[in-house]
Amino acid sequence: MHLAELLASSFRMAIPILLTALGAVYSERSGVVNIGLEGMMIVGSFWGALGSYFYGPYVGFLVAMLAGIVLAIIHAIASVTFKVDQIVSGVALNILAYGSSRFMSQAIFKMATTTPHVAGLVKINIPGADSVPYLKPLLTGISPIIIITILLVPISEFIINRTVFGLRLRAVGENPLAADTLGVNVFRMKYAGVLISGMLAGLAGAYLAMEHTGMYVEGMTQGKGYIALAAMIFGNWTPSGALMASLLFGFAESLSFRVVENSFIPYQFIKMIPYMLTLIVLAGFVRKSTPPAADGVPYERNAG
Amino acid sequence: MINAVEVKNITKRFPGVTANDRINLEIKRGEIHAIVGENGAGKSTLMKILSGLYQPDEGEIYIFGKKAVISSPVKAIEMKIGMVHQHFMLIPRFTVLENIILGSEIRAGISIDNKKAKKIVEDLCSMYNFSINLDSRVENISIGQAQRVEILKVLFRGADILVLDEPTAVLAPQEVKELFLNLRRLKQEGKTIVFISHKLDEVLDIADRITVLRRGRVVGSAVPGEITKEQLARMMVGKPVLIDLKKRETDPGEVLLSVKNLRVKDPGGKSVLNGISFEVKGGEIFGIAGIEGNGQKELAEAIIGLVNIDSGSIKIRNIDIKGLSVNQIRKMKVAYIPEDRHKNGLVLPMKVWENEIMGFQRDDKFYKKPLLKLKSAQDFTRSKIREYSISVSSINQAVEDLSGGNQQKVILARELSENPDVIIASQPTRGLDIGATEFVHEQLLKKRDEGKAILLISADLEEVLALSDRVGVMYNGSIIAEFKPGEITLEDVGIYMLGGPEKKVSGE
Ligand SMILES: Nc1ncnc2c1ncn2[C@@H]1O[C@H](COP(=O)(O)OP(=O)(O)OP(=O)(O)O)[C@@H](O)[C@H]1O
Ligand SMILES: [Mg+2]
Repeated sequence: MHLAELLASSFRMAIPILLTALGAVYSERSGVVNIGLEGMMIVGSFWGALGSYFYGPYVGFLVAMLAGIVLAIIHAIASVTFKVDQIVSGVALNILAYGSSRFMSQAIFKMATTTPHVAGLVKINIPGADSVPYLKPLLTGISPIIIITILLVPISEFIINRTVFGLRLRAVGENPLAADTLGVNVFRMKYAGVLISGMLAGLAGAYLAMEHTGMYVEGMTQGKGYIALAAMIFGNWTPSGALMASLLFGFAESLSFRVVENSFIPYQFIKMIPYMLTLIVLAGFVRKSTPPAADGVPYERNAG
Repeated sequence: MINAVEVKNITKRFPGVTANDRINLEIKRGEIHAIVGENGAGKSTLMKILSGLYQPDEGEIYIFGKKAVISSPVKAIEMKIGMVHQHFMLIPRFTVLENIILGSEIRAGISIDNKKAKKIVEDLCSMYNFSINLDSRVENISIGQAQRVEILKVLFRGADILVLDEPTAVLAPQEVKELFLNLRRLKQEGKTIVFISHKLDEVLDIADRITVLRRGRVVGSAVPGEITKEQLARMMVGKPVLIDLKKRETDPGEVLLSVKNLRVKDPGGKSVLNGISFEVKGGEIFGIAGIEGNGQKELAEAIIGLVNIDSGSIKIRNIDIKGLSVNQIRKMKVAYIPEDRHKNGLVLPMKVWENEIMGFQRDDKFYKKPLLKLKSAQDFTRSKIREYSISVSSINQAVEDLSGGNQQKVILARELSENPDVIIASQPTRGLDIGATEFVHEQLLKKRDEGKAILLISADLEEVLALSDRVGVMYNGSIIAEFKPGEITLEDVGIYMLGGPEKKVSGE
């Protein structure tokens, strides 16, 4: 097995998880659990493919992010403004995303479960890659989204830890009452966190459809939204932690592909590796990590 | 000279109660003004009106001579009024500096100018003699320091009027001294301070003027030096209050609670109790003095079964409680008055009567499978409300709407009702007015005289010395001194509370 190839594939697998996990960091640091990320990825993948089919990849990505944001707005209205249980609202979104994508696909492409082939972005080749054949898989055919995503890690670290926005976002997730009495607009911060998570999850879905597969296929997210949540938790609610965790999950996934090719173990068991890993990681590490103190708790402005 | 605050005919009603009834109050610029009154008298309500958390139903407020509508805490701070809450509003995981600047950050583009912010806060600290490390996380600092953070928060926002609701209730004697130094310094710099306390000695020590509230009304005002503690207490309660406790001689009986070499680790694996041993006999109060956070909480929680014992043993009536559930331990007639009533003692959104029977809901008295006996539960609650004079508007009121002191009474009434043999009382009078404090003290002494064993944990040194038959001082997870009240001076106990010269623990 070619190591560089395995690594390159790990990276490609990690990207959608990482993007979504980064979004989850914003949402959860503001105190909103977003289990609807899976649904936001689904609409991202469908609307991304749709946009790209008609207007090309750039529009595709924009439309995908918008679709994620639209779902996020619903989540924010339900769970922040109307204080619906955040899990319930998120699960409802996942169902909505699944159903609406299937419906739209049937209506527009006359196929319920796939779209035609769509274009992705122009891939980047690092100059001189040909001279190091061994590393070639890592240095050629890189999607610009991969680079953007990797850059988003330090950018997010900066935003969350160094900026006024980040301080207030974290404050709202830790103790919204305290933040409120200091004049921080709790609702605005929570909306911001949720919307950013929708945007990034939509982008992640579009990456899957346009960069990874070249078309939308129903069920192509395969629970990556949930794995991203696990990655965010495993990464202790930090962007760089999410990076490490996503790489681990991406590695497990690409490993599961490769092992399939020549193995005695039934294919179904191999496919379970990433999910088993998720379970083990969550069961083993969650207790050691510390969520924001007011994560998942709707904020009621109760005078005193 | 204009008044800093002038309150005219302020009325605030809650369902079933008029918390503030046509209140008139003048607070002069640059004075320390104390507000005293029984639990539920309306002190916190008035302060919350001043700081924008509540809106008055009637009346007017003038700040520095100008009519003011204080519609939110942010508005209040714009008018230079800063509130230091009874329950801290801090973010444990943030640093001291982050807590102080939140909401009023000094910006450099989109990021925070930490250097500049730090400089400003450091200047404030040196101006008012506050000592605190701005980079420590709030979860790692002491309660006294957390309070300083709260004060710095409002100073940073330019407050000229500081409102402090029971700031000393959670502090050790040394910390109170330090706070008062800070307050006097603030006064020197021209700040106006409004402050609430149930401890009349403190009030007489620090205040320039005192206003007394009773049942929502101003019933008088006083100037320290012209009034004695007894007179002040009488003004608050409306009848003479006796302040000296009479303690009978008793003959301690058999050992009901024995703790041997108890070691406990916190979830992070840090040792919080390092081999504690003591015994409490029936008819005896064993007091534990010490600054909070030296293992007292873990000790109480180990005895009631809330934390796991690392090694050593705890015996109730000679039965080892290792591995027993909280419920099983309570069934052995152990009562527990927790130090944090909001976290452990009550379920805040639930009703008074529900809280009153909580933990006993399966007793035959209240339970007939599969239903609760509503009537007997509610009758029971009514009788407790009378017995402990708890002021509620109805037994269906949510406990979170009661005043702090009345919440504590709800717990006491419940815990002492089932005739326990062993009573773990953690900070039992925190936040109680003198009448209620005296009542609790009497109850504890009564239980002692009836032959019960009482473990009294309190940061209030005078309380410990007044009630206990024997006293242990806890420091850093150990009992570093043990003595009988009267054997040792208050100052010496204070030294032990700060770690003091090592002394051999008697009985070891
Ligand atoms: N939000 C609320 N809803 C209903 N009733 C309330 C509310 N807040 C306070 N009250 C009632 O108003 C009265 C005054 O309460 P307040 O908290 O002002 O008393 P306090 O003087 O601060 O007492 P304590 O010394 O016990 O803190 C009490 O009877 C209390 O039950
Ligand atoms: Mg109060």
